[in-house]
Amino acid sequence: MHSEHTILSKRQLSEEVYRMEIFAPLVARERRAGQFVIVQYDQKYSERIPLTIADADPEKGSVTLIFQTVGASTHKLAMKNVGESIVLLGPLGNPTHIERYGWTVCVGGGIGLAPLHPIVKALKEAGNRVTVISGARTKELLIMQEEMEALADEHIVVTDDGSAGRKALVTEPLTELCSRTPKPDLAVTIGPPIMMKFCASATQPFGVKTLASLNTIMIDGTGMCGGCRVTVGGKTKFVCVDGPEFDAHEVDWNQMLTRLGAYKNLEKEAHDRCHMEMSIQKLQKEQAAGSKGEAGADNREGSKVR
Amino acid sequence: MSHMDRTSHEELARRELARIRSIPLNPKARMQIPVQDMPSQDPSLRRANMSEVASGYTAEQAMLESERCLQCKNAPCVTGCPVKIDIPGFLAKARKGDFAGAVSVIKRTNLLPSICGRVCPQEKQCQLPCTLGKALGGVDKAVQIGRVERYVADYERQAGLLAPPPAAGPTGKKVAVVGAGPAGLTCAVDIRRQGHKVVIFEAFHKAGGVMVYGIPEFRLPKDLVASEAGVLESMGVDFEMSFLVGRTRKLGALLKEDGFDAVFVGTGAGLPKFMNIPGENLVGVFSANEYLTRANLMKAYEVGKAATPLYPSRRVAVLGGGNVAMDSARMALRLGAEEVRVLYRRTREEMPARGEEVVHAMEEGINFDFLASPTQVLGDQNGRVVGLEVLSYELGEPDESGRRRPVPVRGSEKIVPFDTVIVAVGNESNPLISRTTPELKVDRWGHILVDEKQKTSIERVYAGGDIVLGAATVILAMGEGRRAAAAINEVLQ
Repeated sequence: MHSEHTILSKRQLSEEVYRMEIFAPLVARERRAGQFVIVQYDQKYSERIPLTIADADPEKGSVTLIFQTVGASTHKLAMKNVGESIVLLGPLGNPTHIERYGWTVCVGGGIGLAPLHPIVKALKEAGNRVTVISGARTKELLIMQEEMEALADEHIVVTDDGSAGRKALVTEPLTELCSRTPKPDLAVTIGPPIMMKFCASATQPFGVKTLASLNTIMIDGTGMCGGCRVTVGGKTKFVCVDGPEFDAHEVDWNQMLTRLGAYKNLEKEAHDRCHMEMSIQKLQKEQAAGSKGEAGADNREGSKVR
Repeated sequence: MSHMDRTSHEELARRELARIRSIPLNPKARMQIPVQDMPSQDPSLRRANMSEVASGYTAEQAMLESERCLQCKNAPCVTGCPVKIDIPGFLAKARKGDFAGAVSVIKRTNLLPSICGRVCPQEKQCQLPCTLGKALGGVDKAVQIGRVERYVADYERQAGLLAPPPAAGPTGKKVAVVGAGPAGLTCAVDIRRQGHKVVIFEAFHKAGGVMVYGIPEFRLPKDLVASEAGVLESMGVDFEMSFLVGRTRKLGALLKEDGFDAVFVGTGAGLPKFMNIPGENLVGVFSANEYLTRANLMKAYEVGKAATPLYPSRRVAVLGGGNVAMDSARMALRLGAEEVRVLYRRTREEMPARGEEVVHAMEEGINFDFLASPTQVLGDQNGRVVGLEVLSYELGEPDESGRRRPVPVRGSEKIVPFDTVIVAVGNESNPLISRTTPELKVDRWGHILVDEKQKTSIERVYAGGDIVLGAATVILAMGEGRRAAAAINEVLQ
């Protein structure tokens, strides 16, 4: 049974952020901006992890995933090495509707900058003027900056601690942009749900249509489990088949945030356990290396005595 | 009812078998052979483990039960079987102890008897028109065809006799089967037998469809499903796993670019239905699909090993009265819930679940609230479920289905505390293939429209199973897969 996809390259972008290139020629060919994949680090006990696609190279047959190690499963994924295989299903969800809107503002927060990249690219290719707002807690969590710099007509960088760009939240420049005349024709926001929620409140008074890409809990990702349901415009929608992008002004953000926290305690436990296992492994490795080192030292001492 | 262990069943059957072997067996004598009960795990033990509930007949029981068959010339049982198994034929062999012979009769029309023997609703199919059952005044007195079917299928596997059906030489034609569930697997076998190349595309990482994500381990062991899928592999059927037709590759591309001569779509159930009552998006409300998929496919019950978390539940409400509701309720119990209540709008008689599953659930301590249905889900300030507001019903005049319509009793609302609600009221159809294949005609519920040969509105594209029928059963899906395979084989000749 053919199911596995090989890891072609892996790079740690910051303490918590990894970039992996996976061999998946069909996905690389079919995927469009805004779509995602589901990965599993193994066939047996892995969770199904929805991850957005940061880039794809149809010629090479690869897709690029950028993810943050937020829990036990993403940690285990990060521990996979080049040449090893993972399970990958996709591309999932509806592609972003791309057209010539005019002026678009794209807001990416942290890891959300990864899936924002193909959208920025597609919007540019369709002839839009694109302003990108890149935001993160701190400088080292800002990713895809070279790419954004190259693509964007205007690029605004903000960090919570001021270590790069302006010391501000993304909503600050977003509000400023919306106050310009003429106002932006479209805003797109991808990042932590709380950030997307505040982006929605920032653009709403200006009547700037805003799309948000939702990252809910999912199991199958193909329209079967209903775990990803959200209320949009008073109706229940399934993120995997109706989304992942929705009108940010219509999303019931509080409900979505509550549902995301459904397994918070269990996830924390699993995360702690995973950290402990990893520390033990690290310690064992160090000890193994250490005992070799000690053996070497003994020999040297021995030779000295002799 | 006190629980009887397997050895006692075996002993009783042995004595009875000796008795009937010493007398001439005329129809009257056959009618006096007692129905063989299914040995099962003690309810007080099994409610806390995932092992199979029904442990299967002993050889003596299988022979005895087969001896009950009157070998009717008109074989009404066969008309009740969606895949037309020669039932009197296989029972005639089983009663002589020729179990290998019996299973080969079944396999002429059904490649998956160990699965059908376990999950078919026999009391609504082959056993319903059984002459013996009618003569003895109840379907529960009919020949227990499914139990014998299971016995001979298990015998074959355990004796190492499981052999892939022969495939004819290569024809140069190839067929894509979308979905590795009961419809797809059956269809794939029948097409492969003719020598055509078959590739099954499956979105999940395991083959079996509802038999791996939906039906729990305690009712259908997963290694059994895996071994059946393995038979297909050894026949030369290819599996492309984690491949979502419609997204990874469009249906049209399979035909136009990838050289497939025909496609069978058996994508199964889709979006879960909810009750459309307030509070259904609170944390702690699950579709049965989600609840069961977490537990079964993702192995969440193997706590500490599986990464997929399970919601910690103490008081669980299951909404619905079908097999999926029974599976959810019994799974919740096994996952540690203290109290599980099934809420059903009608009464026991109208429940669509298999009789045996309802009995098993009751034995295990599941509570049933008949003539009851929630009006809203109540949550706390953290958005988590704390209870249901439940309305009582009474039975009124019969509706168009002939069943008495449940009518709400005004002012009967009461609040019942629960921390988990599992909604098992069926599925809509999966919209993926139809949305990404606009020329494929579907009805207003999204089910693919097919003709009597399972052919869709697109040339060389066939469909069957739940994507056509809506929520049905494993065996009906198999029947459709079989019919589609026959049509595809005909076209490819």
